Amino acid sequence: MRYLLIEDNHKLAGAVVERLQLDGHAVDHADRLDAASACMDVADYDLILLDIMLPDGDGRDFLQRQRRAEKRTPVIVITARSAVSDRISLLDLGADDYITKPFDFAELEARCRAVLRRQGGVADNQKVFEGTVLNLTTGELQFGDSSTNLRNRELRLLEVFFGAPNQVFSKSHLIDRMFSLSDEASENAIEVYVARLRKRLEGSGARIETVRGLGYRMIAA
Amino acid sequence: MTRPTSIRRRLFYQLAIVAAVLSLAFVMVVRGVASRAAEGTQDDILAASATAIADSLSSEQGEVTLELPYSALSMLGTINEDRVFYRVTVEGETLTGYPDLPVSNLPTRIDTPAFSTEFYRGDEVRLSSILRRVSNTATGSRVVVTVAQTRSGLAAITQRITITATGVGLLFFLLATTLSLLAANSALRPLRRMTGAVTRRGPSDLRPVTAETPAELAPLVDALNSFMARLRSSLSRTEDLITEAAHRVRTPLATVRTQAEVTHRKLNKPEHKQAIRDMIRAIDESSRSAGQILDHAMVTFRADSLALDPLDLVALTTETCDRLAPTADLKDIAFVRRLPAGPVTFKGDGIMLQAALHNILDNAIKYSPEDSDITIRIDVSSDIKLSIEDQGWGFGDADLTSLTNRYSRGSNVGDVVGSGLGLTIADEVARAHGGTLELSHSMEGQGACVSLILPYV
Ligand SMILES: Nc1ncnc2c1ncn2[C@@H]1O[C@H](COP(=O)(O)OP(=O)(O)O)[C@@H](O)[C@H]1O
Ligand SMILES: [Mg+2]
Repeated sequence: MRYLLIEDNHKLAGAVVERLQLDGHAVDHADRLDAASACMDVADYDLILLDIMLPDGDGRDFLQRQRRAEKRTPVIVITARSAVSDRISLLDLGADDYITKPFDFAELEARCRAVLRRQGGVADNQKVFEGTVLNLTTGELQFGDSSTNLRNRELRLLEVFFGAPNQVFSKSHLIDRMFSLSDEASENAIEVYVARLRKRLEGSGARIETVRGLGYRMIAA
Repeated sequence: MTRPTSIRRRLFYQLAIVAAVLSLAFVMVVRGVASRAAEGTQDDILAASATAIADSLSSEQGEVTLELPYSALSMLGTINEDRVFYRVTVEGETLTGYPDLPVSNLPTRIDTPAFSTEFYRGDEVRLSSILRRVSNTATGSRVVVTVAQTRSGLAAITQRITITATGVGLLFFLLATTLSLLAANSALRPLRRMTGAVTRRGPSDLRPVTAETPAELAPLVDALNSFMARLRSSLSRTEDLITEAAHRVRTPLATVRTQAEVTHRKLNKPEHKQAIRDMIRAIDESSRSAGQILDHAMVTFRADSLALDPLDLVALTTETCDRLAPTADLKDIAFVRRLPAGPVTFKGDGIMLQAALHNILDNAIKYSPEDSDITIRIDVSSDIKLSIEDQGWGFGDADLTSLTNRYSRGSNVGDVVGSGLGLTIADEVARAHGGTLELSHSMEGQGACVSLILPYV
């Protein structure tokens, strides 16, 4: 997915960009509202992450301008304020959701997915392997005539495999990708979820193979 | 303890006292005028009667004779059943009538009646005497005709008039009191209107009072407005301070947390990874506590002057669930919503109710295992019951009454982060709305059930 991050703190912005890239996303960074407008003129973004306090204006003005121009790109506000009342005013101004600093990237990703799902236009956010289609936004898994909806963790695990078919992933890497860092997760959990995915993939052109001592990979059935 | 002075009561009492004095004066004046008028009438009749008798005096062979005219006395009978006395003296000698009738005020001039009041035969009597000169002899004789009448008729008339006057006076008093009550009320109406305009305000409405005020209240309103302006600027300064502090603290925390996540990805040794996770948990804990302390302060502040806006609890619940659904989704926890199809209206503070619901749902997610359900229900009977039931590890045998205390956490929390303020917030919100927070064990064996019970009005 392609993100536009509007954030004036360069240290934070740098870390966020790096973190999102680790999950395979493309991220552009603008540190001012005018730079953001320039970015939006030349590229299409799936999502905008907007800091509210900016040097050349309030992020709220940006939101209002965005809505008045009927631009549909969803905006998730990154705010330093946690109060319920602030949140209500942000949503009233047209933000699709908000997240409070400091934030958990697993949660940010879940919120992005929820916002995109609500918006609808997500048909192209999908990956195909051997006739098996995984929609990364809706969590829909399709092959042949069958179609199932994956639960959140199943989706996050399968997303890793679809990102690099045939590549072997270690259990610890899979745990990192699947669980939020505030969760306590054990390596056994991976086995449980891999077993579930195998069931889900039964009859499709893909399967998950155990590579003894190394981890798992997805290969053609 | 002294009772607070009431302008209305004082105004009313003063007006009522004035009315009472006026009524009393009215009764006295009427009574005086009436009795004097009645006296005058009696005097006139007495004089007329005496004159009529005097007119019937004649002289016969040097003697004064009198043919008492019946009409002269009968005209006195018209007043009442008063007794009538008369006496005619010729040169001091009684010619006819009651010789013992005392006549103290003898007339000195012909045909000018003299009056007096005497005590005679057990009664007060009024006397009228007339002096005539009858020419029976060469020098003529001085004849004094005196007619007297008791005064009970007069007293009766005066009494009747007094009763009527008292009645009228009383009526006036009652009418005036009622009017002064109304006047006191209407004089204070602007004050009440202003009070209403101030008390009806929401908790954060600090705009100046613009309600129409009479000139007498203008200084008070000015003082109130300038006070509110000061309060407003101090509140907004506090608000700015909190925003600025939050920004200054939370932005670097976000940087640290993000860098920690990146580092965590790059590390391989489990003990290093664990160190990073501990760091992240500490960051989460501090951010959470700060947020909840602010939320708790907000709830306490808003509870002081509760805003009562009509709102739809179903919409509010749906919104809050939608907001937390992605967080629940991270643990594959599903929200099962058993909500009424139509709206459930309730008068309350939407922001406070959302804060309460948010904290209850947040707990349910925190204290539930992955792959479980959280059921949200709204039942309306005599109360509105908004309950959140989970399939987590429940309250165990914790003391359910103490969990709502500030900073109190259960013994079963393990290493779940928390500050112990969530249920405190929910409980305060419920109580501010006249409701209660109910903690119970889930009906399906495992799990907790937390309900907001709000009065249905
Ligand atoms: N849904 C729940 N399931 C089990 N225990 C709960 C639940 N909600 C609250 N508790 C218990 O009540 C205590 C107080 O809750 P709360 O005030 O929200 O503080 P905390 O920050 O610890 O969550 C918690 O520490 C926990 O022991
Ligand atoms: Mg809590």
